[in-house]
Parts: sequence; structure tokens; C-alpha cells
Amino acid sequence: MKRLIATAAALALLTASCVNEPPLVRIVAHDFFAVSDEVLAAFTAETGIEVTIIRGGDAGLIVNQAALTKGNPVTDILFGVDNTLLSRALDAEIFERYESFLIPEIPDEFELSPFVTPIDYGDVCLNYDKSAFGDDLPPPATLEDLTDPRYRGMLVVQDPTISSPGLAFMLATIARFGETGDYTWLDYWADLRANDVEIAPDWGTAYYGMFSGAGDGDRPIVVSYATSPAAEVIDAEPPIPETSTGVIRDGCYRQIEFAGILLNADHPQNARKFIDFMLTLQFQEDVPGQMFVYPVRPEAELPAWFGERPTDTPSGLAPEVIGANRERWLDEWIEVVLR
Amino acid sequence: MTRRTAIALAVVPVAFLAAFFVWPVASIITTGLVDGGTDAIGRVFGDRGLRGVAWFTLWQAVLSTVLTVVVAMPATWVLSRFEFPGRSLARAIATVPFVLPTVVVGTAFLALAGPSGLLGVDLHGTVWVILAAHVFFNVAVVVRLVGGVWGHLDPRLEDAARSLGYSPWRTFTRVTLPLLRPALAAASSIVFLFTLTSFGTVLILGGPRIATIEVEIYRRFALLLDLPGAAVLALLQMIGVVAALAAYARYQERHTVEQTLRPVRETARRIQGGREWALVAGILGGTGLLVLGPPLVLLWRSLTAGGGFGLQAYRALGSDDLVDSGAAIGNSLGFAVAATVIALGVGLPAAVLIAARRGRLSRWFDTLLMLPLGTSAVTVGFGFLIALDWPVDLRASLVLIPIAHALVAAPFVVRSSVPVLRAVRGRLREAAATLGASPGRTFREVDLPIVSRVAAVGAAFAFAISLGEFGATLFLARPGGPTIPIAIFRFLGRPGVLNFGQAMALSVLLMAITTAAILAVERARMPGPGAF
Repeated sequence: MKRLIATAAALALLTASCVNEPPLVRIVAHDFFAVSDEVLAAFTAETGIEVTIIRGGDAGLIVNQAALTKGNPVTDILFGVDNTLLSRALDAEIFERYESFLIPEIPDEFELSPFVTPIDYGDVCLNYDKSAFGDDLPPPATLEDLTDPRYRGMLVVQDPTISSPGLAFMLATIARFGETGDYTWLDYWADLRANDVEIAPDWGTAYYGMFSGAGDGDRPIVVSYATSPAAEVIDAEPPIPETSTGVIRDGCYRQIEFAGILLNADHPQNARKFIDFMLTLQFQEDVPGQMFVYPVRPEAELPAWFGERPTDTPSGLAPEVIGANRERWLDEWIEVVLR
Repeated sequence: MTRRTAIALAVVPVAFLAAFFVWPVASIITTGLVDGGTDAIGRVFGDRGLRGVAWFTLWQAVLSTVLTVVVAMPATWVLSRFEFPGRSLARAIATVPFVLPTVVVGTAFLALAGPSGLLGVDLHGTVWVILAAHVFFNVAVVVRLVGGVWGHLDPRLEDAARSLGYSPWRTFTRVTLPLLRPALAAASSIVFLFTLTSFGTVLILGGPRIATIEVEIYRRFALLLDLPGAAVLALLQMIGVVAALAAYARYQERHTVEQTLRPVRETARRIQGGREWALVAGILGGTGLLVLGPPLVLLWRSLTAGGGFGLQAYRALGSDDLVDSGAAIGNSLGFAVAATVIALGVGLPAAVLIAARRGRLSRWFDTLLMLPLGTSAVTVGFGFLIALDWPVDLRASLVLIPIAHALVAAPFVVRSSVPVLRAVRGRLREAAATLGASPGRTFREVDLPIVSRVAAVGAAFAFAISLGEFGATLFLARPGGPTIPIAIFRFLGRPGVLNFGQAMALSVLLMAITTAAILAVERARMPGPGAF
């Protein structure tokens, strides 16, 4: 009986402390996370909860930082862990389990774990500079084309050991060519190397420094995003009617970004409310214009300039498979491409 | 200096470094080593690739330092010994490269010496372009630190040597150079640390096959989550830095020359005759080409991005709804003021103490102050995260930004002050004492005026460093809006011609703000009658 009372008292205390949670929620995100002020203000108006966004570099950094501060997190929510990093976050057990009531609104393909909530997705795809190709040389249509001597010296990719789109592209080649058989993904990379592939440290250097379609580089094919050409058009001044860059759909890799509630967070109740809010149409429809990615809710409307959602589903690898092999793959990649 | 004064001077710098450097860095390294350190030590030392990385890191830093000094000395001479219109502007402009974020300069260098570079040579992926970029970034360190002393050398010493029959070259090597040696050593030590821990420059310009220890540490902390490996490498880097600094401190002590420093108006002279004009113009032009090349590329790109020539990128800065550039400029200025105040508060007492007291303790203190410059930013950032949650949780606090900037800036305050303070004749102090001045009064009337003037050099540096700081800021958990370099980084991380244009335009604004800030600090420096 005594124990029962004690438990009841503890429960009561717990509920009381939940009710008394200060009206705050803190989110750590990578530097490219963005929300409109109006959308955040709407959340605060509705719930009375103030939102603080903490930035911490790129997705890899914030996940590792969260792993390092496990059990004593700096914030309540982490946004920006993607399917290539998910296994690391799950292995480190940094998240608290939470399933939003809006989860049923989301296609099953995005739901990879009950510990994280999918928010948006984007496809890492090869982009090409239209002006470099024509009747005599069409743009490459497949990954295999890139090893054709006609496309020699044209491709720039990011270093998968330090860049997230670079890692996504490497995973796409693994998904496509596999690790066994006559022609493995490493054979493919050996051929790319023989065809003079350029390796850039990060997306910005590749896209603006080495790609001929957006900066003054000399390489007409780059690893970027499916949405990049649309972004080129919207920004141009004077406006240009047609995109100057195109997307090669073959060899795309889908990155899904998730948000999760960190274990032992100070404001778990508020965090749940904010996760729910991230799945509302109001937040979801803000996503494309702010972050150049597609919202996970299929009925969320996209801005006209953004183009339609891709209809095909690119090949992918399960997070557990990536988690178990990532380091070995990277070592092998370094051995074949850099050494 | 009495023991009590010494302790009083040491309190603030020691407490600051203990709380915001030693404790965080020790925590993260300990965590890593406890996690599996013995295993990692074997892994790191057994890895031939890593041994190559360590060796490359060292030799490129030595070579970069030597080249920087060789390239910067002629310009330093001209900027500190001659009087001509636009001299302070030229000196301020020479500092601009120092504050530019590497992401931006990297692409500018590629535009000049990359695969389709304007210069017609493709140096991408070679060590040459890394060395060139290191010289570009660090010329300012020599111009300011060495110029700070050179501008005050008594010209009568050189005149005497000349009238006794020395050639100009012999006068330079036998008279001027020995007097400049402490300042030169101070500048070299900073350039060495900067290039030893070079990160963005090496990543962007060196291509994927060239790496420094700094890059490896980042890779392990940020991507592989190999804490033990990162900790071992961070420790290794630190040991190398401490060894280099210890050698420096000994050298500095042995080669200090007491001398009377003269006010600039007595040392600088007008340029005489056509040959001298040609020499000065040649030196300034040559250095100018190197220093201004990449900034001009940025300026050109900012005006032509998004199709057509014009100010569209600048206009877009005002209306961009993703990155608020106005707020970024405000943030950067605010942080720079705070960081300068902290860096002076930490650096000046430390400099006075180091200059006044010799011996092992003083040398170690000096080394400790310099150590943050030679420590990888990501190590410090991760250290903050695991160490600064007690007694107050500062891990995601805004104050960490100016603190991190001050950690990098304080060594500059110390390095620009110590050679000058040491050179002040002890006799001046003794004379004051003989004339009946109390130790406190001697400090107020002799030391303080000198300190306040050397503080100006340090303040200009601290301000500029904070404006341009990128690496350490990126690795912090930051609430609030971005700084200018972080805003540039965000623009460069999004597709769209106008984003690129805005990155360039904001870089140009950063250069302009830096130049203006340095000019303002130099103005504020009181004209120096008497003291030196």
C-alpha cells in the first residue's frame, strides 16, 4: 500500500512537473535548416511555446555532438539526421521514442524508425550543364555512361568521407553495382578514376567552384540535388525562361531528413508538440521554399517554380546496412579513388 | 614587479584559459583516450598514411612560414619606414586577406590558378597553391607585428652604421634585422601555428589527396565519430605545437634587445628621388597583386553574378528571406567588440607579466596562451559541449562565440605587445623610481601609456580576427542569427546564381567593414609624444 502511495505521489509529481514545463522548446539543427518567421510565430501563437533554434554546422557534426552529450542534451529536439546517418544515431540511443498522431499521413517508405519522425526528403542527383551538350554529344543518361571516354574529365563529385551529398552518391553506386559479381561498385569507381573524375571537399566548392553550369568551373557534370535546376531559374535576374542545368535521374539517391526528441530533454512535452507541428501542412508547405527539399506529406502543395515531386523512387540502402558497412566502404573508396 | 602584482596580473588570463581552454580540451581528450586510447595510439602510429599526413603538415607549415616572411618583409619595410599618401589605407588593406573565410578565398584561388584559371596555370591539387594561399592569408601578420616595431626603430642607429661605411644591405642585416628579430620571431610563430592547423585552404585547394592533421581530426570527430583516434591526433598536434612554442619562447628571451623606440613621425621619411619611388612602387605593386588578386575576383563575381553587370547581388542581400545579412553584420560587429574586449582583458595583463618576468614559469605561461592558436577548432568546440554544462550550462550560450574568438585573438594581443614591452628600457622605470615614483605610479606613468599604445595594434587584430572567424564558430552550438562568415557559408550551401552572388557580395562587405574597422582603430590610437 505504501509503495502504491509512493508511486502515485511520484506520478502526480511527474505530471505536475510536466504541466509546469516552461513554455520553451530548443531545437538543434544543421546550418541549412530554415523556417519562415511567420510559421514559427503561428506555432508560438497556438501553443504559447517559444522556439529557439541552435545551429551546429552540418548534419554529421550535430549527430556526433548529440551522441557525445547523450543523456544530458543541449536541446530538446535534433533536426537533420538523415537516412545515411540514422543508424549511428540509433546505435548511440540518443532519441526518445515518439510517434506523432500525424504519422499515418505519411507514406510508409519514409518511416524508418519509431525513434525519429521523417520531415522532408530530397534526391541527390547528377546535374549537368546544358550548354556543354548537344546533338553531337548528348548528356549522359546512366551511371555507366560516365565511364565512357567521351565524358572524360567532365564529372566532379564530393569526397564521401567529408561531404553528405558525396556519401549519398557513393551509396547510390553501391546500391547499383553491389559488392559482388563481375563488376562491383569499386570497379565502377576505378573506371571513374580512369576517366579523370574530380573530387571536391564539399558541395559549395564542387557546385560553384568546379561545375561549369553555376560558377566558372570547367566540369559540366556535378553531384548535386534534383531541385538545384529549379533554384537556378527562380533566382536569375533578369529572369531566364528555361533552366540552364538539367538532372540525370539515373543514380539518384534519396536523402530523408528526420527530427527526433533527445533522451532526457528538459521539455519533452513541448518537443512532442513541435514534432507534431512539423508534420502539419502549414510547416510542410513552408519546407520547399526554405530548404529546397520535398515535404514528406504527399498532400502538401509545392510552389509552382519548384516543379513536381519525382515519381520514381531511387534505389536505396537500409540504414542498418549503411551503419554496419559505412566505414569499411569509405576505406575501400579511399583505397581505390585516392591512393 | 612585485610578486603580488604578478599574481594579480595572472589571475584573469589564467582563470580564462583554465575555464575555456584547458578544461574543455582536457575533457574531450580524456573522454577519447578512456574510450579506447591505447588501441587508438597503436592505430594512429601504425598508419603509414597518417605518418605521411603528419610529415606533410609539418613541412608545409615551415615552408609557408618562411615564404610568408620573405614575401612580406619588403612591404613591411615600405609601410613602416616611409611616409606617403594612403599609407594607413594600404596597411589596412594588407590585413583584409587575413579575415576572409577560406571557403570564399578557396574558390577565388581556383578561379585564378585552377583548371580554367585566369593565370593560365592549373595548380589545383598541388602544394604550390596551398603555399600561395597561406602566404596570402598571413602577409598581414608580418606586416602588422613586425611593422609595429620597425616603425619605431630609432633611425639614428641605421644612419650611424651608414656613415661608418656599411652598405644598405649590411646595415639591414647587421643593425636592423637583429633589432627586429623578436618581432619577426613573434610573427613567425603565429604564422607557423596558423598554417600548421590549416583546414579549409588545404581541403579546397589541395584536392582530396592532400590532408593535414587538422583535416584528419575533423574527419574523425565529425564524420567517423572515432573519438579515440581524434583524441590521439589532437594530443599529437598539441605536443608538436608546445615543442615549437617552447623553442620560440627560449629564443625570444635570448634575443631581446633593449632599445629606445621612437614615435613614427621621427622614423618615417618621405620618399626621395625617382629610384626610391620606383622601388617603393614596385614593392607595393608586387605585394598588392598577391594580396588584391583574390579579393578582386570576389568583387568582380559579386557584380556579375545572376546575369549582367550590376548591383543585383547587393540588392538581394537586403531582401533575402532565408539569410538576414543585415542581422549577420550586426551580430558580427557585436561579437567583434565583445571578443576584442575579452582578448585585451586576457592578453594585456598576460603580456605585461611575460615581458616583466623571465624564467620558466613565464615561458610556460606564454606557451599556454598561444596554445589555442595551435589547437584544432573542432576539438575546442566538442570540448565546450562536454565540459561547459556545470556550474552553469553554457553549452549553447551566445557568450561562447566571443569567447572562442577571444581564444584565437588573445595570442595576437600578447605577441604584438611583448616585443615592444620588452624593448622598453628598464632604465625608464628605474629613473622613475629614483625620482621618487611609487611602483604603482611608475606603472601608471611609464608602463601604462606604452601598454595602451601597443593595445591598439592588438585590438585591431582581435577585432579583425573575430569578424572573419569561421571554423571555431561553425563548430559551436549557436543560438541566434549567423555571423557574416556563417551567412556566407549558408549562401554557398544553396543552389541558385543569386545565392552565389550574395555570398560574394557579403564577402566584399566583410572586406570593406574590416578595412574601415582597422582604419578606425588606427585613428583612435593617440599620436605618441615622448614615450616612444
